[in-house]
Amino acid sequence: MKLKSKDKIILLKTALHCILFLPAAWMFYLAVEDQLGADPVQEIIHFTGLSALKVLLLGLIISPLAPKVKFIPLMQVRRLVGLYAFFYASLHLLSFFIFDLQFDWPLLFGEIVKRPYITVGMFAWLVLLLLSITSPMFIRRKLGSRWQPIHNLIYLTVPIVVLHFYWSLKSGWIEPAIYLIITIALLSVRRLKLKRILLRKRAFNL
Amino acid sequence: MLIQNKDKNHLTDAQVTDESIYHQRRDVIKKMGFIGGGGLLASSNVVNANPFSFFSKEEKPLFETKPLDFKAAILDEQKLTPEAKVISHNNFYEFGTKKSDPVENAQHFQVKPWQLKIHGEVNKPFTLNYDDLYKQFSLEERIYRLRCVEAWSMVIPWLGFSLAKLIKQADPTSDAKYVAFETLHDKEQMPGQRSRFGGINYPYVEGLRIDEAMNPLSFLAVGLYGKTLPPQNGAPIRLVVPWKYGFKSIKSIVSIKLVKHQPPTSWNRLAPQEYGFYANVNPDVAHPRWSQASERRITSGGLFDRNRIATLPFNGYGEDVAHLYKGMNLKKYF
Repeated sequence: MKLKSKDKIILLKTALHCILFLPAAWMFYLAVEDQLGADPVQEIIHFTGLSALKVLLLGLIISPLAPKVKFIPLMQVRRLVGLYAFFYASLHLLSFFIFDLQFDWPLLFGEIVKRPYITVGMFAWLVLLLLSITSPMFIRRKLGSRWQPIHNLIYLTVPIVVLHFYWSLKSGWIEPAIYLIITIALLSVRRLKLKRILLRKRAFNL
Repeated sequence: MLIQNKDKNHLTDAQVTDESIYHQRRDVIKKMGFIGGGGLLASSNVVNANPFSFFSKEEKPLFETKPLDFKAAILDEQKLTPEAKVISHNNFYEFGTKKSDPVENAQHFQVKPWQLKIHGEVNKPFTLNYDDLYKQFSLEERIYRLRCVEAWSMVIPWLGFSLAKLIKQADPTSDAKYVAFETLHDKEQMPGQRSRFGGINYPYVEGLRIDEAMNPLSFLAVGLYGKTLPPQNGAPIRLVVPWKYGFKSIKSIVSIKLVKHQPPTSWNRLAPQEYGFYANVNPDVAHPRWSQASERRITSGGLFDRNRIATLPFNGYGEDVAHLYKGMNLKKYF
């Protein structure tokens, strides 16, 4: 039996939901039960943050991959993947605030302002928030030609997330360097598009 | 107050440990065998609970720790960090940079034979061999708070003897102004020392001013929770300086040298703008990248444990040590 394109997409989306949601549920279950290392708070913050970055990179791989595997409908899962990146980034921020800072608002705002790595992390989360709330079809239609420039912000955000990761480490650079190389690779396949975006911005004097 | 434990009617560590932890301890060996088998067993084997770890680690024998004879500390009101957490959440970069690396990578560490040299500006240099570490000085238990520079903390029952006793035995000369400590340098046994990608310049070195070293709180630990130290905690002998950030408390020491000038210290060499020589716990001096005003106390309890507490100057040991820094600008000498 040959699956239709539409069925394939439904299957793929179901699989993606499982792959992207279940690890979060499992990790939070372990953390709540104190089964996640000696310091479940640190472990969960690290897990959600790194997952957000991984899912962002997964999102960036879809466009170049679709024509390669000759399956253009793959492009339809980009929004789902992007929303999961926002989901993990939000869990990351909430875990930091709820479990690490434990609702200490002044400390949260103090850290956002004083610590550059948290400032840039917060910026990245705000961009993902913006992209998420502008992702439903009806809003996309309403925004018309303004939608794409907003969503191009993702190309700026991913390197910032890598910087946030690098800065947050006490020492070492190998792991962030690997993510940086992947990011550069995924951006460089889009170099023509990025060039166009930059030139257009200049034309509009933005 | 913790070190004035003259009371004969003391409590053993079994009495200061809550029951669930005691059971965990009993199970620890059994459970270490299941590393990688899944996260549902106990907190002692959770190092590998990440569902993205598809490769299960092969079974590793646990380093054998032995019970020690010691004078137990008086029970105080602080809740101890469970032993399973003390021995599985370690910053010991010689065995890997992740907190869960040392417990996984250090189990084959050879501590016997061991030689600890006490030398430098002293009249009577000497060497302690493995057995001497436990016999030369009578062992006592001390329950100390350990505050990591990363803003988490534990409460740990150490066994050992005061550093001052050891230094006195060597009879320091008047030129002995500082004490320099050095960790074992052994690339064969310590995989972290093989890394050629920057990071710490091995061997790990630390230092104290002589008056800091002679303070009664400065402690050389050879055990914890009633037994000899496991390798991930710095077997067979490590320093514990409870009013300073954890990285000062150097592990697996092979050399204690009394010197004339301030010795280099590893984290200070790596990032001098972030880690000073003194590294006294100080809520008023932030790490450049995070606040030191509060900390999370690791005890039992999962994600919802409300464990954020205020950090105290000198980690709460100001009464015993603040006088050492009289007149010093602690914002400059952080």
